[in-house]
Amino acid sequence: MTTNGLTQIGLFIVVLLAFVKPLGSYMATVYEGKSSGLNLILGPIERLIYRMLGTRPEDEMSWKAYAGAAILFKFCFVLLLYLILRFQGILPLNPQGFPGVSPDLAFNAAVSFITNTNWQSYGGESTMSYLTQMTGLAVQNFVSAAEGMAVLVALIRGFTRRTAKTIGNFWVDLTRSVLYILLPLSLVMAVFLVSQGVVQSFSPYKNVPLLQTIGYERPRVDADGKPVIGADGKQLTEPAKAFEQTLPLGPAASQIAIKQLGTNGGGFFNANSAHPFENPTPLSDLLEMLAILLIPAALCYTFGKMVGDTRQGWALLVVMGILFVPFLTVCYTAEQAGNPLFTAIGVDPAAGNMEGKEVRFGIANSALWAAATTAASNGSVNAMHDSFSPLGGMMPMVLIQLGEVVFGGVGSGLYGMLAFAMVAVFISGLMVGRTPEYLGKKIEAFEMKMVALVILIPAVCVLLGTAVASVTASGVAGVSNPGPHGFSQMLYAFSSAGNNNGSAFGGLSTNTPFYNTSLGIAMLFGRCWVMVPIIAIAGSLAAKKYVNPSAGTLPTHAPLFVFFLAGIIIIVGALTFLPSLALGPIAEHLMLYK
Amino acid sequence: MTKIIRAALVSLIAFTILTGIIYPLAVTGIAQLIFPDQANGSIIVKDGKRVGSTLIGQPFDDSKYFWGRLSATASFPYNAAASSGSNLAESNPVLVDNAKSRIDALMGADPQAPASVPVDLITASGSGLDPHISPAAAEYQVKRVAATRGFEESVVRALVAANIEYRQFGILGEPRVNVLTLNLALDELGQK
Repeated sequence: MTTNGLTQIGLFIVVLLAFVKPLGSYMATVYEGKSSGLNLILGPIERLIYRMLGTRPEDEMSWKAYAGAAILFKFCFVLLLYLILRFQGILPLNPQGFPGVSPDLAFNAAVSFITNTNWQSYGGESTMSYLTQMTGLAVQNFVSAAEGMAVLVALIRGFTRRTAKTIGNFWVDLTRSVLYILLPLSLVMAVFLVSQGVVQSFSPYKNVPLLQTIGYERPRVDADGKPVIGADGKQLTEPAKAFEQTLPLGPAASQIAIKQLGTNGGGFFNANSAHPFENPTPLSDLLEMLAILLIPAALCYTFGKMVGDTRQGWALLVVMGILFVPFLTVCYTAEQAGNPLFTAIGVDPAAGNMEGKEVRFGIANSALWAAATTAASNGSVNAMHDSFSPLGGMMPMVLIQLGEVVFGGVGSGLYGMLAFAMVAVFISGLMVGRTPEYLGKKIEAFEMKMVALVILIPAVCVLLGTAVASVTASGVAGVSNPGPHGFSQMLYAFSSAGNNNGSAFGGLSTNTPFYNTSLGIAMLFGRCWVMVPIIAIAGSLAAKKYVNPSAGTLPTHAPLFVFFLAGIIIIVGALTFLPSLALGPIAEHLMLYK
Repeated sequence: MTKIIRAALVSLIAFTILTGIIYPLAVTGIAQLIFPDQANGSIIVKDGKRVGSTLIGQPFDDSKYFWGRLSATASFPYNAAASSGSNLAESNPVLVDNAKSRIDALMGADPQAPASVPVDLITASGSGLDPHISPAAAEYQVKRVAATRGFEESVVRALVAANIEYRQFGILGEPRVNVLTLNLALDELGQK
């Protein structure tokens, strides 16, 4: 670790924390329907949307209606996105003339974006038209994030309401999230990003000459365009020369702003935020990293404010912090250590492991981004996780496997964390033989059943998916690195899909019917089967009476509870995933340092 | 039920128009107005012709030019239409082989070069388009470039120093040298 590296990380954390209270209390104002200053401009648009949808803020929904609206909304959007992807070839705003994408890839990409995962089996600049990026993918970045925030707000109402039958109006929560929070932040962020060099243009790609003509080996094809295979079974190549470079353009900045803020993570370009047009400078890097954790962190304060005790929100933020910092530290240390195989051939290890990293960011920013993007369910990358050291790459993987509750997705991270908080009060209640309660609501059998689903279903998706992939030919065929790392690639893929992260060990070839379908199913289960039980808990809690705290009530803002909750999250994660991690990154580390 | 279906369908249209059309068009309008250079790819124009982008690296293997990072993009290195990292694991033998052949190439171009090569010269970047190398990696190549071009080493070294981009605000990122702009400056020097 370097002094400058630690300074940059410290600066990031300080700036992030400075935004928690102002943004958090602003969001509470928005969700409570109070005037927030932006109403003057956006109020008419908000009311117009309600009129078009045929709803009013006073129209309250039961938890079943709320869940039904959320699911139906998803279903409509997945259908629309699938159709855009399939037919982009004949739709406008396609200057590169990309054809419609294959059915399995369209299914995967559509599911991936509606579930806030943004897993990408494709390269943006070589597959997707401007229209697809803009009206298909970027729209999902907004609404899937807004949906997560809406569900969180519904759950918070479950705590604040007493013997109520309803938990709010899905359409209103959704609209307010988009209009008052995501859109203004994205607009400011997008313009900032353009100032640093992120492209924002509808012109076709531009060709520029190379300063030095470069020779390379091109795969040989016959007259029909079929590859020519040599006697050794490998494709033959022929010498060729490259004279020019094609610079991709597009409406990138507008999409990158929301993919960071909405914890979506889907890159406009294949290399995501490692691409110089997606993340050109260290300042753009800092802004994009802040945007990853900004809303998830501030929502903790929103939660505290809405339940009438901001200490409750800070306590959860502290839990996230004490989980985040150790993982970041291990990742940074492991990446700074350098590759031992390089040290053996005389390379100075002090400069760290630079494979898959960009010079302008260096080791500290690459490690910090990796930890932030996987702690939150963002999944964008500014360095290739596949080329991280075994332990450096294991940290992002474990942060994903913890269930995306350390910050987590916008809304979804905090509702996941609240599920764990209910487990923590339940277990501590069992220890002392009292009925557990959280924020004045009794936590009973129904809530615990739903919480069990919330925690177990993503874990099942991850482990079952990895198991199937590692014993089927089509699963193993995608692996690109030998040894235990190959297993890590599959484990990472299903961890990412099942927990809706979206980052990858990118060497795994997943644009195949097997991976597109299996990962798509994992993403759907991982999102919907967490969201619906959470809405059910919201409904059940809202219907309960308020219990006044007594001398025996566990204070859920105190250090004891903070450490207990952090411990529960680690223990559940470790019990579930340690065996599989031993087969992947841990085995690879032991082999590399034997 | 019909009420919910109607709301879902209408929301589809409303949010697509708002966030998928109005928002990106607004950003494009502002961007093209205030930051037209950046919004269109930070293109370098010389004598009225486009010669590259300050943000996108180019491949070099001629000993008269500074070389950049390795690049794992498809077809040819620094193919800007197909950004990609190598995704090779630390434990993958191919990674070490690639590094060794790069070291051989560097030593072949300059047999007197030091044996310890800066790590960014033997590794591929995440995007495959990294425009930068570290100042150490530039210094490593100064002797070779100066010898090939018949320049004084101090002249080339001064050019490198002039092309170093320092940390933003003295804190953010890492010091670096833009390989394309450095090489363009070298060519210009040669023509004088």
